[in-house]
Amino acid sequence: MFSYYLELALRSLRRSPGLTALMVLAIGFGVAASMTTWSVFRAVSGDPIPWKSSQLFVPQIDMWGPKGRGPNNSDNEPPDALDYTDAMALMRAHRGKLQSAMYQISPSVVPADASKHPINVSGHAVYSEFFPMLDVPFLYGNGWSADDDTQRAAVAVISGKLNDKLFGGANSVGRTVSIEGKDYRVVGVLGNWNPQPRFYDVVNTGGFSTGVEDVFIPFERAIAMSISNDGNTNCSETPAESGFVGLQRSSCIWLAYMVQLDDAAAVSAYRSWLDGYAKDQQKAGRFGWAPNNRLRDVPAFLDHEQVVPSDTKVSLLVALGLLIVCLVNTAGLLLAKFLRRSSEIGVRRALGAPRLAIYAQFLTEAGMIGLAGGVLGLLLTGVGVASVSWVLPKDIASLARLDFSLLALTLLVAVIATTLAGLYPTFRASRVQPAWQLKSN
Amino acid sequence: MLHIKPIVVALKRHKAGTVLIALQIALTLAIVCNALFIIQQRIGRLSRPTGMVESNLLAIQNRWVGVDDNATGPLIKSDLQALRQLAGVEDAISTNSFPLRGGGWSMGVRHDPDAKKPVSSAAIYAVDDHALSTMGAKLIAGRNFRSDEIVWVEQKAYAASPQIIITKALSDKLYPNGSALGKTVYITDTARPSTVIGIVEHLQVPWSGTWSDSFSDCVVLVPTQLTGNFGSYLIRSKPGQLAAITATAPRLLIKNNRLRTFSRDRGVRTFETVRAQAYKSDRGIALLMGVVCAMLLAITAAGIVGLTSFWVGQRRRQIGVRRALGATRHDILGYFLTENLLIGIAGVVIGALLAIGINLWMVTQFEMARLSMTYVAAGVVALLLLGQGAVLAPALRASRVSPVEATRSV
Repeated sequence: MFSYYLELALRSLRRSPGLTALMVLAIGFGVAASMTTWSVFRAVSGDPIPWKSSQLFVPQIDMWGPKGRGPNNSDNEPPDALDYTDAMALMRAHRGKLQSAMYQISPSVVPADASKHPINVSGHAVYSEFFPMLDVPFLYGNGWSADDDTQRAAVAVISGKLNDKLFGGANSVGRTVSIEGKDYRVVGVLGNWNPQPRFYDVVNTGGFSTGVEDVFIPFERAIAMSISNDGNTNCSETPAESGFVGLQRSSCIWLAYMVQLDDAAAVSAYRSWLDGYAKDQQKAGRFGWAPNNRLRDVPAFLDHEQVVPSDTKVSLLVALGLLIVCLVNTAGLLLAKFLRRSSEIGVRRALGAPRLAIYAQFLTEAGMIGLAGGVLGLLLTGVGVASVSWVLPKDIASLARLDFSLLALTLLVAVIATTLAGLYPTFRASRVQPAWQLKSN
Repeated sequence: MLHIKPIVVALKRHKAGTVLIALQIALTLAIVCNALFIIQQRIGRLSRPTGMVESNLLAIQNRWVGVDDNATGPLIKSDLQALRQLAGVEDAISTNSFPLRGGGWSMGVRHDPDAKKPVSSAAIYAVDDHALSTMGAKLIAGRNFRSDEIVWVEQKAYAASPQIIITKALSDKLYPNGSALGKTVYITDTARPSTVIGIVEHLQVPWSGTWSDSFSDCVVLVPTQLTGNFGSYLIRSKPGQLAAITATAPRLLIKNNRLRTFSRDRGVRTFETVRAQAYKSDRGIALLMGVVCAMLLAITAAGIVGLTSFWVGQRRRQIGVRRALGATRHDILGYFLTENLLIGIAGVVIGALLAIGINLWMVTQFEMARLSMTYVAAGVVALLLLGQGAVLAPALRASRVSPVEATRSV
């Protein structure tokens, strides 16, 4: 029976090619616009570490007080990064299961081949717990140990990409790499790791990044070697002393911090510890204000930092609006098309076809339009995703990908949406009174 | 045109079709109004002037590799000397940032160092006495920096400068009733005052995002050269020499000192590229909204054509009867135009309300401005005209139905 309906649908669609083409085009463009903008939105609003994001927290401490607030800060938000003093106090207290203070660096790396230019790479100075905390995948070797942290060991974890460049992709664990003129022993080579957004250091990376993190070195080693920070530095007061040491003694914020807290009890314990710490600072006279801390998990912090650009939301909404208009349009045209065939329906009904059969016939036709629109939509989505880079900044555009789930979703949305649009016209068609139609002919 | 009642009666027999067209017109109007408004806002942003003469301008972002932050001063001096002597170069400066660069340095400017809130935020450009001529900024009061006022200091140690040049916009904010020239202001939290020695007509901040809109033309030039591992050169070429120095200047710098890198995307750029990159997402969103508007209007027009054609086909006999009873072609044409107008009016009324509603919601969600009523009005007129245009072809076909049709198929 289904093949019969298919044949009927095909015949009906061929009878009015212009109308059919219009409906297919409308569905195709509507679906493609929605799917293209969805692919971008999906990429930027995704959870970068879904299995663990609710256990990873970013502590914020109010080290600036009311005077340091910007003119637009109405809800008394503390700064979104840490100064050196407080970050170190948090590290020393070591209240989480795993934690790391970190800062962005951009050291020079000198290739072993002396005839080559030194290159600038980007990376982070972190503590050893950074790697297990974020489940960082290793191709060779591992992260360094807590002892390496305290001993300021000259060890480094490098990216697979840098490993390819420096060591031709071989297992380089144990070999040396020259960073800022000093030799570091490679202890680990990263697998393919490029989380977007850069949830562990949103403040310095701005969320999304086109590059890859090439080098990780122990935090205290980097401080001892005066490898200065390459990210943002925000100050509410000019540092009293100059240089990197002056920065460490100032209340300027330039450090990111992440802590793993496994359950609600750990979270509330950490929260009350933070408040206690701020109270102590108040007592000691360092803070002239009451504790004003925040402890957000990764999704909440990404939301707070407004990592998803509002442009991607607006374009998704507008594209969905376009899809809805296309569907209303299709519903109108299907209605006209179906009712034009009232006499045909009348004959079928008079010959004994139940309403259900009419439903099946017309929904098949609507579904076919949806399928054709979906196929066109697939092509257009391909074109759309490929040309996203014309419309959006590179770091965001490069995240939009055409994958199987997007393709399947495109077809599914097209067929389901068109069938839904065909529901009311089909209902009307099934209500056609056979007697009337037969009489008027 | 006056026979509205029979039209309404006829429409009642096509309730669903009528509602669907009206709904489509309403949704189209609501989206198109908001999209056009977004386009206008974005185009407004990307046509803002920088205050510089943008032709013949080259920007090079330089990063020193393996050089101590304090030791880059002599290297920058030597670079500047070489650049200023390069054939085809009019003038050149070293600066921490420049209009539309993307990244930069902002500070709060205060009348009083103890004031809790600054009067305004402002971007700081640390430059020397060649800045005005290189940028092409117009000095409208006071004087330029003198070469003996230029100091060299490490980036993070910058405190304040005794002399500053500010933009007119910042001067107006600080002293609404007069000029800031000769007055003392505080550009950092320290108690070190800065005297305004000059005012330039206009200069834009390094940022193009909406967050900097409240101070987009508030700039302070300080007579300071910052040392550090990162900085920019702005180079003005002699007329017609831009392409030549775009090739020669980076080569000259590398020859001067190999310990440097230029980033691939933002290393060496003509100012035309700087502008294009800064406003890429604004232009992109405007383009996207434009494409969506065009699609919406095309689909709505096509939908009206399709549905009206169907109605005309359905009513051929009735049209024939009217024609046989004496209705002119003109009457039939008028009937379908009026019918469409009635549906259109219903659609645009709902659509206008919807447009305003969507905008109000977007204002709360995306920090967008309020939709101006001219956009709604323009959208209403455009959609009514679109409807009339779309209905014209089927209506003309209807008007050509011969009275003979009345006698057929009975």
